[in-house]
Amino acid sequence: MDLNYSADELAFQAEVRDWLKANLAPELAHKVRHGQTLTKADMQGWHDTLNARGWLANHWPTEYGGTGWTAIERHIFEEECALAYAPRVVPFGLSMLGPVLIKYGNEAQKNRWLPRILDGSDWWCQGYSEPGAGSDLAGLRCRAERKGDHYIVNGQKTWTTLAQHANMIFMLVRTSTEGKQQEGISFLLIDMNTPGIEVKPIHLLEGSHEVNDVFFTDVKVPVENLVGEENKGWTYAKYLLTYERTNIAGIGFSMAALGELKEIVQDQTRAGRKLADDPLFAARLARAEIELENTKITNLRVVSAAAGGGAPGAESSMLKIKGTEIRQEFDVLKRKAIGSYAVPLVPEAFEPGFNGPYVGPAYAAPIAKEYFNHRKITIFGGSNEIQKNIISKMILGL
Amino acid sequence: MDFHHSEERQMLADTLTRFVAQDYPLADRLAAGASETGYDPAKWATLAELGVIGALFGEEAGGFGGAGFDISVVFDAIGRGLMLEPFLQTLLVGSVLANAGSAEQQTRLEGLLSGETIAAFAHFEAGDGCKTAYIATTAKRDGEGWVLNGQKAVVRAATASAFLIVSARARGQAGDADGVSLFLVPNDANGVMLRDYETIDGGRAADVTLSNVKLGAEALIGIDGRAALVIDDALGKGLLALCAEAVGIMDVIKDMTILYIQTRKQFGVPIGKFQALQHRMAEMLLEVEQARSAVINAAFHEGTPGLERERALSACKVTIGRVGTLVAEESIQIHGGMGMTWEYPLGHFAKRLTIIGHEMGDEDFHLVRYMDLAKGAGA
Repeated sequence: MDLNYSADELAFQAEVRDWLKANLAPELAHKVRHGQTLTKADMQGWHDTLNARGWLANHWPTEYGGTGWTAIERHIFEEECALAYAPRVVPFGLSMLGPVLIKYGNEAQKNRWLPRILDGSDWWCQGYSEPGAGSDLAGLRCRAERKGDHYIVNGQKTWTTLAQHANMIFMLVRTSTEGKQQEGISFLLIDMNTPGIEVKPIHLLEGSHEVNDVFFTDVKVPVENLVGEENKGWTYAKYLLTYERTNIAGIGFSMAALGELKEIVQDQTRAGRKLADDPLFAARLARAEIELENTKITNLRVVSAAAGGGAPGAESSMLKIKGTEIRQEFDVLKRKAIGSYAVPLVPEAFEPGFNGPYVGPAYAAPIAKEYFNHRKITIFGGSNEIQKNIISKMILGL
Repeated sequence: MDFHHSEERQMLADTLTRFVAQDYPLADRLAAGASETGYDPAKWATLAELGVIGALFGEEAGGFGGAGFDISVVFDAIGRGLMLEPFLQTLLVGSVLANAGSAEQQTRLEGLLSGETIAAFAHFEAGDGCKTAYIATTAKRDGEGWVLNGQKAVVRAATASAFLIVSARARGQAGDADGVSLFLVPNDANGVMLRDYETIDGGRAADVTLSNVKLGAEALIGIDGRAALVIDDALGKGLLALCAEAVGIMDVIKDMTILYIQTRKQFGVPIGKFQALQHRMAEMLLEVEQARSAVINAAFHEGTPGLERERALSACKVTIGRVGTLVAEESIQIHGGMGMTWEYPLGHFAKRLTIIGHEMGDEDFHLVRYMDLAKGAGA
């Protein structure tokens, strides 16, 4: 047992830290830290910076342009990026579709799509959920009918994150209504510019536009865009979901939030007393800090056990639950810490280039907005209740 | 970064697991707990022969272990077996003697490590709130020697002990870190009175009254008035031991509860089919893993004196307190009426787990200590 990083791992951590210092533009980190809206160019620019260093696809095999990092190295990288307020790598092409193509795609598909994910030629979004198929994803109804060399797709996808920026979508579609629900699903790649596709924004409760409805009316998709075998899409979907849940603990984000809170409690006062000295607040913060420490170790235990760079199984459900609960606890603490300055919502403060003056402290501006936005994290990627179903099924065998 | 035990430790863990499975049935444990000694001397001797006590101490004390992970491996098994034998007292007393004892005092280590000598650390008092420095027991100079007066609360294995290590204030006010001394007090010394009783989680303990107990100069352990660090070192090891024991117990309870809901049928199906129970079980599983992580963190830091060690130990006890209560209460509820019976093993594990929460500072105490340490206010 040794909780210290090895000399090599420490050197790697230092290398990542130095590289971030030299290559993450302060203006970009400022935007992330202050919750300002990131443009597609911001996100793409960060992808390009990482790609130029060869660090974009950090969990792909080296033969496809990945880094070949160990699970621990990936963990270190994610943590350092979060602490430096780097933009999140948009996961749809890199973390979700990439691993599926590498495992289940044919050579032509790998050769065509993987380089385009790396160089940003394609921007992918994920067509999984439907109005009637959320937690019960296998109940999806969006139809794809084979007609000669094409599938004809009809139906609707929803909660499609960043579809407004995407030129490609990977989809789960129903190709059969025979037998079990899971056995009639296929995995299709669709060009968003195909006639018959319409994207409509869904505005979230705090006002942001992240997700969309996507409608499909007689959309023609070439059959070579089928991944793997027809009606085997559920297998690929489940494989993808385990990747979606890696790094789901979001330890780096919680560590960053804890760091912010420790500064905020020194700045905020309550009737002449520092918030840091409020016994109830301090106790709740201390409990959250302890839970974060425990989760860091639990996360590292799971990461270390995922030998050979594979995706963890039921343990990832555990990390999803704990990691998101703790992140939300920090969101609550930040919201409470700023007191009445959770109230103002100044739209300009979220625009690129805004330099004040702020209403209240600058750090307060995005906190309430982010608190509401982050209620999503216990819902997406398989709600925490679904994760509990998975844990109980895999451990209780019921 | 490596989460595997060394080969030696894994062998020790395997030996203990076998011993618990084959030679430590719950029926024997319950009988021993209700006996006059409160534990089973024959089993204690066997465990000592297996090297279990030696694993708790470093070579300087005559052992072959003594690292945080040695302590956690042994006490995890103690938890799984719900063992009553005085390992914790031996760890505390041995640590004090090894750390601060004179050459003459350290001659007792051999007997402690071989299991022949039982001794107890009589430190906590009814009103101290578990703070090391809030010691009301007094030690007054008496010529070359000392006179002790005071009361020590709930000292496990006190009656079976040959001697006690007693903390007492030689000077200053309650709460001062300076002024606390440690003394080696034979159990049969004049003025030592034990009020011996059974405990709710099995085994025996005693309240110790010291009335004008006269001791020679040789009874002082370490430097007069400077025992605080020695006490914290020993209590830190004890905290780790208690927390590791708790995780061992949690694993047993968790497995027992899973098995129960897989087999117990109501409404024609195993009750584990009901989502209300599945989700509570899933929460229990992941909280037990959080507790295990807390123990790993504490064991890793235990051997390095300083703020990090104390914070990790207090964080661990906070976690164990929270999760221990959850596991004990949830498992009884999920078992329904069966969980309420004396005959079914669960209750005995749940009682010990709950009582660990009370020992050496509870969840609230250690949460405050964790915060105070961050502010540099110390313990």
